[in-house]
This record gives sequence, structure tokens and C-alpha cells, in this order.
Amino acid sequence: MTKKRTGVFVCHCGTNIAATVDVAKVAKEMAGENTVAFTQEYVYMCSEPGQESVVQAIKDNKLDSVVVTCCSPNLHEKTFRDNAERAGINNFTCEIANIREQCSWVHNDKAKGTEKAIKISRSVVRRVNRNQALDAVAVNVTRRAMVIGGGIAGIQAALDIANAGIEVVLVEKQATIGGRMLQLSETFPTLDCSQCVLSPKMVEVKRHPKIKLMTYSDVQEVTGSVGNFRVKVHKRSTFVDPDKCKICDHCTVVCPVVVPNEYELNLTARRAIYIPYAQAIPASFTLDEDACLGLNPVVCGKCKDVCEAGAIDYDMRSQTVVEDVGAIVVATGFDLYDQANMQELGGGKIEDVLDGLQFERLCSASGATQGHVLRPSDHKEPKEVVFIQCVGSRDPAKHCAYCSKICCMYTAKHARLYKKHVPDGRAYVFYIDIRSGGKGYEEFVQRTMEDDDTLYLRGRVSKLYRHNGKVRVLGTDTLTGQNVEIDADMVVLALAMVPSKGTTEIAKVLKIGRDKDGFMAEAHPKLRPVESVTGGIYLAGAAQAPKDIPETVAQAGAAAAKVIALLSQATLNRSPLIAKVRRSHCTGCGMCVEACPFIAIRLEGGKAVVNEALCEGCGSCSATCLRAAIDVKNVTQLQIYEMIEACLAV
Amino acid sequence: MSEQQVYEPRIVAFLCKWCSSAGSDLAGVSRIQYPANATPITVPCTGAISPMYIMSAFNKGADGVLVSGCHIGDCHYIEGNYLARRKMKLIMELLEFIGVEPNRFRMSWVSAAEGAKFAKVVTDFVNDLKPLGPQDKLKKAEHT
Ligand SMILES: Cc1cc2nc3c(=O)[nH]c(=O)nc-3n(C[C@H](O)[C@H](O)[C@H](O)COP(=O)(O)OP(=O)(O)OC[C@H]3O[C@@H](n4cnc5c(N)ncnc54)[C@H](O)[C@@H]3O)c2cc1C
Ligand code: SF4
Ligand code: SF4
Repeated sequence: MTKKRTGVFVCHCGTNIAATVDVAKVAKEMAGENTVAFTQEYVYMCSEPGQESVVQAIKDNKLDSVVVTCCSPNLHEKTFRDNAERAGINNFTCEIANIREQCSWVHNDKAKGTEKAIKISRSVVRRVNRNQALDAVAVNVTRRAMVIGGGIAGIQAALDIANAGIEVVLVEKQATIGGRMLQLSETFPTLDCSQCVLSPKMVEVKRHPKIKLMTYSDVQEVTGSVGNFRVKVHKRSTFVDPDKCKICDHCTVVCPVVVPNEYELNLTARRAIYIPYAQAIPASFTLDEDACLGLNPVVCGKCKDVCEAGAIDYDMRSQTVVEDVGAIVVATGFDLYDQANMQELGGGKIEDVLDGLQFERLCSASGATQGHVLRPSDHKEPKEVVFIQCVGSRDPAKHCAYCSKICCMYTAKHARLYKKHVPDGRAYVFYIDIRSGGKGYEEFVQRTMEDDDTLYLRGRVSKLYRHNGKVRVLGTDTLTGQNVEIDADMVVLALAMVPSKGTTEIAKVLKIGRDKDGFMAEAHPKLRPVESVTGGIYLAGAAQAPKDIPETVAQAGAAAAKVIALLSQATLNRSPLIAKVRRSHCTGCGMCVEACPFIAIRLEGGKAVVNEALCEGCGSCSATCLRAAIDVKNVTQLQIYEMIEACLAV
Repeated sequence: MSEQQVYEPRIVAFLCKWCSSAGSDLAGVSRIQYPANATPITVPCTGAISPMYIMSAFNKGADGVLVSGCHIGDCHYIEGNYLARRKMKLIMELLEFIGVEPNRFRMSWVSAAEGAKFAKVVTDFVNDLKPLGPQDKLKKAEHT
């Protein structure tokens, strides 16, 4: 190995580094390293003249490798690697020594800070000595996408991607797409009918030649990486052929089994064979295997007997389908916080205490009561209704710390809808404060408040209980300081929005992170709000954080644009920092094969062989190999030993 | 400066790229101050840390070695940190067996969002190492 000619570029970062690190001393120490041919310090290395000077210095001094001691590699590794390339050397011979985030910003003793900066810089100089010139691996891109979750977020993303001419597989776990929006009655701030705006989009999804719709399906396994994922989807059997089903409804009339209807939030019941909503897509009945008496003509078989279309098939089996896609959008939505957690508000056990979605179903013309607001206990029109905001939200001690963002708005909407359905009724709204940021939102809330029969009370409700056929509400009005007691006919809780059930599992399957509240984590809160931390996986809708429909649609469009941009490239560059076997050292013991989480190593002719398409470069193999026969390129064992040495040199 | 008066333990800190290194960056961005005793080496994953690295660090005169990675279950490479946890348990036993205080080795889980935790991990480790004094059991003669 000929001796390297490394250039070390020490950045002052204004005073960000220079105030606590003696930059001149760092440069001087690095100049003393055997392989360093050039050093330079500059006030802002990342500025245009700073970058130019790096390029120039590489050329003038015939440098073959570069160390920039500056801020975190997350910020400028790419900048300086691009410069290295511009100057005609391989970009993987350029490394960053982080002496800002990991040093100058966290220490105020200049002598100690400088000493540590020297150690960090020296360790990177030693590492770079053994860096190989590498070429990014070009991999072909699968020009297909998958969208997981068929709520408005997933529908919008799928349509946008498909309209760009890219094939989309839309996977929805329920029997219909539509998500929560399909359960809503009218939507703020325009009070337009939710189904009326959503249904045409659902039909478009069904008819779109570029969309493959898979309902009643779950994503089981995801392998591969950006550009080339392989997804195993489990499609549960519905026992009804959607192409044959005429939605005549003859089967439900004869089915003897009655179970709570989860699509109507258990306000009504359904049969074992059912259709979630009249607008369901696919437009077909579904047979609920768990509720059915046994899928057996000897035991029951009534539905099959009456089905003239011959759509029912008790022998239909679940299938596992493998889909190859280049990008994935996660749009798995939200659930409401479980009422059982709200012990002080009855824990979900008090009759006529509903959640917001149940109230939507009461208002909806397609709902349990055909659009009449009737309370569940006696089907009478409630004349006094109490709406409670922030239930489970903004309560770091006991419940969710965050604000669910949309409850102020939909509660105002609920009060309005209630007054429309029950003009002589009276609405009370308990709130902490009103958050109505959004176009036309503040005006919407103001108009609701101006209604004489809608009373906004600022304060928390402390207790709910059944009393003389009503629900007694005990609370305080913090503006007047008085206790309030209302005997309500019905109470509606604006429960917190939480990540949908199964979010933990699907995040694991996708290997994407979640935030402290359990929502899918975006790669950067400001600059990369629709990307997950894993390349090629994007986020849309309430799965990422509580949000309303306009915001959901905007984010879905943004995620689709990212997918389209990614899949417009014929090939992608993959990191070449992957494992490499030194065949002469390998004894074929197979320890690395066991250690590799990506099943990227196999034994062939008594030696380990790495599948370069599968290796992610985690290094688990090299940490296991007793003979140092397998290493991740540019993070080799030898390099680490030399870095350790540099960290401890005095 | 005489070592008896101001003994400053020397620590090598192996940080995984995805979580703890990013967490240490966040400590920086938040300007949370902590002692300068630990010099970081960023590796792809805690699973990539060979037990030999840790022994080598002690050999070369480290008074303490820190390994910090993603929380269990959050590993970017699915299960690297499980592997690490198993290996690191062995390290503790090995150190004890050869008569080095096992507390000279520490493993922590610091996510990219836990800047303050990273600072605390280092601060606590430095404080816990101080009473132990310099490590010379495994230190090779040429490094003294
Ligand atoms: C009571 C109430 C009233 C509201 N009123 C309004 C309003 O008036 N105006 C407004 O703008 N917004 C309103 N919203 C907010 C609106 O409901 C949401 O913004 C919207 O539904 C978010 O859409 P989404 O697609 O992200 O999630 P969702 O609607 O929750 O859809 C997610 C979909 O993903 C599916 N899914 C989940 N996990 C998986 C998985 N692992 N695999 C496959 N599929 C999966 C689900 O079955 C579901 O179909 C209201 C919300 C509530 C609770
Ligand atoms: S076979 Fe099952 S779904 Fe069909 S009618 Fe009988 S119980 Fe209902
Ligand atoms: S670095 Fe080694 S263990 Fe990690 S994915 Fe590649 S081959 Fe497997």
C-alpha cells in the first residue's frame, strides 16, 4: 500500500467550534500525522469559498483522501464527498470528524475540548488511511408502489401515484376502503357530506387500471430495501366472490347469527354475513368466519341456499400473495383512545355516553338511526347534550400528553349538527381552550358559539354517572369559578386520537420508527415530514400524527410525489458499505451466517459468501467472526482498532 | 498535572450511527454540557461491536468503555442490539473473571431523540469511574 496523501480541513464554524476548540492546534497536530500531506483551517468550510478551497487543495496537492473536521456527518458528509468527487477523487475516501455536536457544543473547557477534538480527528485520519475507493452500487428499481391503509390518506396517495402511470397495490385490512372518513356524517368547516365526497374516489380506486386493490388483507412480512421491497400480503377469505355478489341482501335476511356491528361502532348489530356500508368498495358482502356457525351446509348453509348469484363459497381459502414494489406509503390511520381508560368519566360503562365517531353515525343518513339523533338507551331524541373536549388529550400525567388537534373543530361541528337535527335541543361544550387554526376554522367555531342554545363552558368535567334516567355531569366553569351540574340526555366525548390498533406490529414489520406517542416517526420534523427514517417508506395521514382531512390529503399528495420521484429513476444508488469476505481467512464455521439479521450470508464450498443485494452493512457478521475474515468495507476491524488507539493516545 | 490530583478517566464510547450517535448530536444541538472524557467512535450498529474491540480498548489504556445503541426493539437492523446485549453480558463476566471491575464497561440505550439522556449517561459513567481510579490490569506496558 503506497502511503496516503490525506488532506485535513479544520472548520471554525464561525465561533461554534473555534470558541471551545483551538482549531489551529488541531490542524497542527493533524499535520504531524504520518499520512497527512496537507492541512488547512477556514472559518466556514461549507461556504462556497470554503468548498472551493477544498477542491483546489485536493487538486494542487494531489491528495487522495480527505478528512473534514466540522459538524455532524448527517449535515455535510454529502457536501464534502461531492467536493471530493468534483476534485477527481473517489467520494468514499472522504470522511467527516464531528468536532461540533460531539465536542465543541457540549464542552466549555477549551483545553479539554481541544484535546478531545484532536482525538476524534486523529481517529478519523487513521480510519481514512484504510478507506477503499468504492463505487455506489446501482440497483434496478421496481417501478411499482404499495400503499398500506385505505382511508382517505391511502386512497389519495394511491390515486396520485396511479395517475402518474405507476402501478399501485393498495392493502386495506378491513372489508372496505374508506377508513374513518366513511364513518363521518358531515365535515367541518363546510359541512359537506363526507360520503358524498369520498365515494367517487373509492369507486375511482376500484376502477383504476393501475390500482390493484386488496381488502381484508394484512401485510405480513417486508424484506429488501428502497427501490426493491418484497412484501408478503395475507388475504383473508371473505367466502363471497365479489365479482358475483349482486348485493341483493338476501343472505342477511336468513342468517341466524347476530353480532355487534363494528363498522357502526357497535351501535347496531349485523349478521355473520354482511356488507360494512352501502357504499362499501369492493361492493360485496363478506362472511365473518368467526361469527358464522361453521361454514358448513350441514350446520346452517342458509345464505348459500338463498344466494341466487352463487357468490358464496364456503371452501374459499385465505391466500398469501407476494408483491414486489419499489416504494411503500404507510397510511394506517388512527383509533380513538379507549374509553375504558377514562375511569372518572365512567370508563365506557355508562349508557348514553358516546364517543365522537358514534355521534357521527347517529347523525349520518346511512347510520344506525337513518340520520335521526336518538339516544341508544331508549331511542328518544335527547334534548340536552353535553360535549366534552380534550378527553384523554393534553394530560401528560394520566393519558396522552399531546393535543389531538381536531377535536375542537369536530365538537363545534357536532354541536351544529345536533342543533340541525334537534332544533329545540340545548348543547353544552366543555373545553379547556379553543384551538381553531386553519382556513375558515375560527369563523366556524365562532358561528357555533354564537348560537343561543349552544353554551361553551370553560373547564374540565370531573365526574359522570347515571342519575334518574339521565347522565349527571359534574364540572367546573373556570371562568366563573362555579361548579356546574347538568343532567344530560346524552354525553359525547371528544376522545384523543391514538395510532390505530396494530401500528406497533406494522412498524416492526416495516422496520420504521415510532415517536414517543406511538405514531409513525417522520425522518425530520421540519424538512422531511412525509418520509420515515427508512429509505423508500413514506408516511401519510393520521398514522403520523393527529390531523384533519385537508391536512391528510395534502400529506398523502406529498408522499405520492416522493414515491413518483423515486420510481422515476431507472436505477438507485445503494451504499457500497457492505460486507466482504476474505476467503483466505474464512474457515466456513458459519457463525456469521447465524448472526446476519438479513439472511445475506450463505456457505458455498466451505466459505462464506455475501449476497450484496441483501447485505445492509450492519456489521453483525464481522463482530462475530473470530478470524476477522468478514468485514464491512471502510469500517473494517483493522480500522476500528486503529481508531481505538487514536482515541487513547495522549 | 499529576494524575492523583485530577484523575480524568479515559473512555472510548462506541455509538451506533442511527440512534446514539444521532442522540449525541442532539445533545450538541441542545448545547447540553457533559464531561469531555469520552471519545466517540461511530459504528453502523452495536451488533457490529466485537468483544475484541472492548478488550482492545482496555489494552490500550481505556479506563472505561461505553457501548450505546438503539433501544431494544428499535434497531435499524432489526436485531443487532439483541446480539450486542448478549455479547456484552459475556464481556461483563469475562472482565469479572480476569479481575477488572465490570463497572468499567457500560451499555446504554439512547435513541436519536434522547440528547439529554446521552449527556447523563456520559456524566454518570465518568462519575462512577472516578472512584475506581486508573485501569492498569489490562493495560499493555507500551501504553503506560
Ligand atoms: C369524531 C371525528 C370527527 C371528524 N370530523 C372531521 C371533519 O369534520 N373534518 C375533517 O377534516 N376531519 C375530521 N375528522 C378527522 C378525519 O377522520 C381524519 O383526518 C381522517 O380520517 C384521517 O385519514 P387516514 O386515512 O389518515 O386514517 P383513517 O381514516 O383512520 O384510515 C386508515 C385506514 O387504514 C386501515 N389500516 C389500519 N391499519 C392497517 C394495516 N396494518 N394494514 C392495512 N390497513 C390498515 C384502516 O382500516 C383504515 O381503513 C374527524 C375525526 C373524528 C374522530
Ligand atoms: S352459513 Fe354462516 S354466514 Fe351463512 S347464514 Fe349461516 S351463519 Fe350466516
Ligand atoms: S453486514 Fe454482515 S451481518 Fe450485516 S447484513 Fe451484511 S452480511 Fe449480514
